Order: sequence, then C-alpha cells, then structure tokens
Amino acid sequence: MSVKTDVNEIFEVKEKKAIKVNSEWKKVKGFALGLIIPAVLLIIWEVAVRFSLLDAYVFPAPTTIVQKIIELANEGTLWGHVGVTFYRVAVGFLAGMVAAVVIGSVVGYFKWFEQLMDPLIQAFRSIPSLAWVPLFILWMGIGEASKVMLIAVGVFFPIYLNIVSGIQGVDRKLIEVGKIHHFTALQTVRRIIFPASLPSFLVGLRSGVGLGWMFVVASELMGASQGLGYLLVVGQNTYSPELIIASIILFALLGKATDFLLKTLEARALKWQDNLQNQF
Amino acid sequence: MLKVENASRTFNNGLAGFKDLSFAIQEGETVGILGTSGCGKSTLLRVLSGLDAGFEGDIVLASLGERPIGMIFQEPRLMPWLTVKENILFGVKDKKSVDVQEYLNLVGLSEFGNHFPKDLSGGMAQRTAIARALIGEPSVLLLDEPFSALDAFTKMQLQDLLLEIQEIRSTTMIIVTHDIDEALYLCDRILILGGQPGRLEGKLSIEEAKPRDRGDSNLAAKKAKILDVLHIE
Ligand SMILES: Nc1ncnc2c1ncn2[C@@H]1O[C@H](COP(=O)(O)OP(=O)(O)OP(=O)(O)O)[C@@H](O)[C@H]1O
Ligand SMILES: [Mg+2]
Repeated sequence: MSVKTDVNEIFEVKEKKAIKVNSEWKKVKGFALGLIIPAVLLIIWEVAVRFSLLDAYVFPAPTTIVQKIIELANEGTLWGHVGVTFYRVAVGFLAGMVAAVVIGSVVGYFKWFEQLMDPLIQAFRSIPSLAWVPLFILWMGIGEASKVMLIAVGVFFPIYLNIVSGIQGVDRKLIEVGKIHHFTALQTVRRIIFPASLPSFLVGLRSGVGLGWMFVVASELMGASQGLGYLLVVGQNTYSPELIIASIILFALLGKATDFLLKTLEARALKWQDNLQNQF
Repeated sequence: MLKVENASRTFNNGLAGFKDLSFAIQEGETVGILGTSGCGKSTLLRVLSGLDAGFEGDIVLASLGERPIGMIFQEPRLMPWLTVKENILFGVKDKKSVDVQEYLNLVGLSEFGNHFPKDLSGGMAQRTAIARALIGEPSVLLLDEPFSALDAFTKMQLQDLLLEIQEIRSTTMIIVTHDIDEALYLCDRILILGGQPGRLEGKLSIEEAKPRDRGDSNLAAKKAKILDVLHIE
C-alpha cells in the first residue's frame, strides 16, 4: 500500500518538473531563434571583409568596430562622449516633461483652457521640430541651451498629447464615485484622475524618450565638440566608418537601456491593469 | 426625511427620464422602486444623490448626519488601481477608525483583500462595491439594482445582510430593483414607475414584520398585484 503511494508521488513530481523545464526551454529557444539570423549575417560580414569581398574602408568588419569601441573606452574619451550625450537627453527630457505635465494637466482638466490653448499647441505641433534648429541657434547660439531646447521641444509633444487624452479619457463613472464621497477638486485629481491617466502618461514618456534620442543626434550633428553625435561627424570627416558604426551601436544600446528602464517602471506601476501582458 | 415634489428630469425633449414624481420617505424606511427598463429609475437615484442637478421640482432632504448619502451603482465602479481593501476604504476619511476586515468578512471576501479588481468575478466586484458603500455608514443608502449580478444564493445572503444593517443602523434605503421578490422581501413600501418618461404608476405598502418568509402567501398576493400594475402599462 505504502509503496504504491510512493510511486505515485515520484510520478507526480517528475511530471511537474518536466513542465517547468519545458516552459523555460521554450523561452530560451525563442530567444535563441531570434539570434540566428543576426549571428549568421555577422559571420558572413566578417568573412566577406576578411576575404576582401567587401571593402574594409566602406564596411569595416564587426571585429574592427568592437575594437574601436574598446579603444575609445581605453583612451577614456568614450565616457565623456556618452556622458555628455546622456546628460543632454536627460536635461532636455526633464524640461520637456515638466512643461508637458504642467500644460497638459491644465488643458486636460479645464475645458476653457483647452479651447484657449489647444489650437495654438496643435499649430506648433504641425511644425516639424527640426525646422526650429536654425532659429534656436540664432537665439541661443550653438552651445548647450539650443541643444537642450530642441530635445525638450521634441519630447514635449508626445507627452503632452498623451496626458491630455489620458485625463480626458478618465471614466466619468469613476469620478462620480468621488462625488458621492464629497471629494474636493484636489482629491478628485489626486485619487482618481491621476492614477487613471497614469498608463497614458507612461506611454507618453516612452515615446518621449525615443524622440529625445532622435533629437539629440540632430542637435549634435548641427555642431558640438563632444557627444556621440559629434563622433558621427568626426567619423564622417576622417573617413572612418568604424567610428560611425560604433557610435550608432552605442546610441542603440543607450536608447534600448532607457526604454527598458521605463518599461520596467511601467510594468511595476501598472500591475493592476487588465491586459494581455499581465496574464500568466 | 426625504420629500420629492413634482420632480422631473427628462432627456431627448421629454421622451426619456422621469416626470412629475411626488413621494415622501420616512426616516428608517426602506422603499423599493420597480419599473420597466428605461423608465428613469437610475436617473431618479442620480438626482436624489445629487450627481445630477439638472432636475425640476423640489427635493428636500431633512436632518442628515455627517455622512448623508451612500450609493451603490448599477455597476461596481471600482478603482482598477486599488486592491479590494483599498477600494472599500476609498471614501473613508480616517482609515484607522474602521475595521476593513470586518467588512470583507461581511460580504464574503475575507481572502481577497489584496486582490486587484481585474482578478475578481463580476459578483465579487459588486460585493466590494457594497462593502464600500456600507463602510461609510450613510444615513440614506441608495441602491441601483445592487444584486442583479449575483447568484441566487449570494443574493439572499446579501439581502439578509441589508436587513441586518438596516435594523442596527436604521438606515433609510431606496432600492431600485427588477426583482419583485427582492422588493417584497426587503421593502416597507414599493413605488412602481412606468412609461417613458417614467411616472408613478402605483404604490404599495407591505406591513409584514421583517425578516419575512420568502414563501409567504400574503407576499404572493402582493406580487400578483404588482404584476398587474406592470402589465397595464
Ligand atoms: N445623460 C443622459 N443623456 C441622455 N439620455 C439619458 C441620460 N441618462 C439617461 N438617459 C435616458 O433616460 C432613460 C432612462 O434611463 P435610466 O438609466 O434611468 O433607466 P433605468 O430605469 O435605470 O433602466 P434600467 O432598468 O435598464 O437600468 C433612458 O432612455 C436613457 O437613454
Ligand atoms: Mg438603471
């Protein structure tokens, strides 16, 4: 009798383990599958350069690019460039975000302010942000101010639009619950409108950060003495494609890192959301 | 306690809502409102609760305490970003003065205090909303089809809960419902609305002492009467 139960138990445990390993294996497999094509392409690229099928002055081999990055890091200049670029994005992003939060909240909350401001803001939005470049340079010179300003303008719009639509999309039925409890306007904002529009705000932040990286490239291309964008220009002028590609890769890594940060923040702040991502 | 005189609230050029309603409710009374769908019952509760100020006529609320009106909506209306516990405490000013666990037990959600609304069934969500309204200890409680999303068994339990609360706190209650048996079980008086816009079609007092026997023959007779009134319309 007791032997029988034992066998049963072993059997059960075995099955559970198998399922767990199986799902983890699936994850690894999915990840590995996505790596196959990039890896094959990299190898072909490397081999093609080695056998002089591709001109190394146009298409430097992947190993050359990696060497370049390591070389920059060893020289110590890399951190300066990365730091300056990161700093510009951060300051511009913060400035744009603060402006968007303040103006977006008021526009979303007060109907009359929307009627007052929105046409103007929409008009500004239809201007491609890069068109501001010459004007900002004229006004603020080629220093940090004009760069940060350009990034702030680029970051402003996606955040602003998402805040406004987030606030205006808050369910009237939830606001009525607050009214029943005699909430003041401030309480309504803090306890209902703010949390309810948070998802939309975070979406705005993520697309804002993306645009921030885009505009930092533009602002550094237009004249800088340091930064990853400056490395692009140097690479072009000194005819060293490996420097350009190295900078591009660094941009990609930085952009991905900030997006990942925000994505993690989003997942933490919004674990209450009833969506596909929160299902398991 | 509550007096409504010639109150009207209409939409669509007078084709929806309710019109010319007059009634009075005593303190501690439980009044049921029955009526066909779309005859303005929810609208009436919104007007009484103060959510809708666009009505005509007079509504007088007398001698209300500090926490005048509680409302249970037709839908749960929980804040999706708050847990069940936090939702129940949503309108409570002094969160330390109340025992949430007691209310969780009361509505049978003792194990679910830390769940988010997305993990609740429809009935559980509605029970959370009921606890949220009860915890404020309102002197007038407005209920808009509070139990229509619940199974028969839970429904009966919560009806008994309302009776208990009513007896302890002598809360004045106005219950909108589609369930005639529920109205007969809970209410001292039933108002029947009908038409579009809704008007008062009939009134009915039920003197039977509570708790009542759900199978009582007197109640069955009253049910027949109500059905009669609803059918004439
Ligand atoms: N804000 C509004 N604007 C326009 N029409 C409205 C508004 N609110 C309610 N109505 C209309 O008033 C009528 C009554 O609605 P109400 O929600 O009061 O019905 P009800 O009696 O509660 O119905 P049910 O039993 O289905 O819940 C409906 O025809 C509805 O379309
Ligand atoms: Mg209704």
